[in-house]
Amino acid sequence: MRSIDGAVLDLKRLDLLATADSVIHRLDARAKVLTTLVFIVTVVSFNRYEFTALFPFFIYPVVTASLGNLPGGYIVRKIIMVIPFAFVVGMLNPIFDRELFVRIGPLAITGGWISCASIILRTVLTVGAAFILVGVTGFLSVCEALERLGTPRTFTVQLLFLYRYIFVLTEEGARASRARELRSCGRKGLGLASFGPLIGHLLIRTWLRAERIHMAMLARGFTGEFHSRQVSGFGWRELFYVAGWSAVFLVLRMENGAQWLGRLVTGGLS
Amino acid sequence: MSHHIVEVKHLQHVYADGTVALQDVSFIIHHGESVAIIGANGAGKSTLLLHLNGYLTANSGEIRIGDFPLTKKTLPEIRRTVGMVFQDADDQLFMPTVFDDVAFGPFNLGLPVDEVKQRVKAVLEQVGAAHLQEKPPYHLSGGEKKRVAIATVLSMSPDILVMDEPTSGLDPFARRQLMGLLRDFQHTKIFTSHDLDMVVELCQRTIVLHQGIVKADGPTLEIFNDDALLAECRLEKPLSMQGCPVCGKGR
Ligand SMILES: Nc1ncnc2c1ncn2[C@@H]1O[C@H](COP(=O)(O)OP(=O)(O)OP(=O)(O)O)[C@@H](O)[C@H]1O
Ligand SMILES: [Mg+2]
Repeated sequence: MRSIDGAVLDLKRLDLLATADSVIHRLDARAKVLTTLVFIVTVVSFNRYEFTALFPFFIYPVVTASLGNLPGGYIVRKIIMVIPFAFVVGMLNPIFDRELFVRIGPLAITGGWISCASIILRTVLTVGAAFILVGVTGFLSVCEALERLGTPRTFTVQLLFLYRYIFVLTEEGARASRARELRSCGRKGLGLASFGPLIGHLLIRTWLRAERIHMAMLARGFTGEFHSRQVSGFGWRELFYVAGWSAVFLVLRMENGAQWLGRLVTGGLS
Repeated sequence: MSHHIVEVKHLQHVYADGTVALQDVSFIIHHGESVAIIGANGAGKSTLLLHLNGYLTANSGEIRIGDFPLTKKTLPEIRRTVGMVFQDADDQLFMPTVFDDVAFGPFNLGLPVDEVKQRVKAVLEQVGAAHLQEKPPYHLSGGEKKRVAIATVLSMSPDILVMDEPTSGLDPFARRQLMGLLRDFQHTKIFTSHDLDMVVELCQRTIVLHQGIVKADGPTLEIFNDDALLAECRLEKPLSMQGCPVCGKGR
């Protein structure tokens, strides 16, 4: 549980990064949200056997993260955490899809493996883009932007609360497990038997605490509207940002960037 | 609403598990009064305060804040009038940074960004937490959290300030600072405390709760001179009113 606590603090760090100041941070949140959406849709729209064409898309997360001064190692570690989940999703493909795709020497690669790798790569790209979006914008501003872009308020408020709830749950979890650990005198607690009540207890505590926090929000005039301290409008800069990246994504989607680059290099050599 | 009267009539609260936390509580607090609510652990102080901004709903009885009875309809308005500092500061802080947390209320009041920034700066200075502005609330010490929690409420400029044990966990300097702050606060203030010396210094009036009923309600000094009452309610005289144990000089 202590590691869960750590992971969440880590997630909070993401929100904290959003309070920094950089070219990317200063952009209107809507521009960043829109660009990320276009990016995700483009990446997801590739057919399931596409692999090499996905690589050039790394340009977007890499450029945004570095312009936004996000610590690279931290982002990479966050993204690596989701790879196992993507693998579970794609795991069955190699078993069911045994059609030969390419042969590299003695190594036969089936379509299943390709599509599995494609799923992982797409997950890394989309989740990475989402992480970076929060890192350069802040979750609150993302919700605010979604709302200003026309998402129903009930939805964005739920999203915000869900996000809050993750923190509350893990904080309570960390406290409960710390108390349990301290009193189990180095033994492995009381084994599984004490886990059931612990979890039940945890859910009640989390629920009560979430209620109190909600109360604190209401007490300070929360009506479901979001406000962030950044004042920004959707100006030319934003338009240029969205249009520029969308154009890049479109070109990379139409042309296989990797092959194109390869052709350029080999063409230049010959 | 010019007169911020707080009126509690025959309030009773029974928790879901059957605990009778408040049996029959009645009092009226007038505008500008400074009132302490004291009593033993479990006497029902926090429960009472949570009623004042509608977090708990009474089993029976009535609460009026200003000209309105507390109902579902008047709740938003009443919550804006009554600024409430919880016993546990962790329940009060939920934004990524101290600044955002303190700014949350003023933004909801619809103030323009520049004014919000000014206000945040001012209240953080008032509670001596200006240097914490960019820190995340969960990385603060207990007393720092408390100060920020108080700032979040002050930033709303409430007409009635309700605080549950405001000085618990504060260092002596921060306690003094807070007491000065409370003294300067012109509107109605109601707080619970086990810090009886602070009660003597700040409140002209004290309400003693004991097992969910009002045992006494009157001038603070009178109450602290009633030894029988104090003993019955598990309380004692504030240190400042006791004789000095070191030099032997009594008052
Ligand atoms: N959620 C709850 N469910 C059931 N009983 C509760 C709940 N909260 C408090 N109580 C009970 O109600 C009584 C009054 O509690 P309250 O928190 O108001 O005490 P308090 O006067 O604030 O005490 P303290 O000085 O320790 O803060 C206690 O006996 C407590 O056990
Ligand atoms: Mg209490």
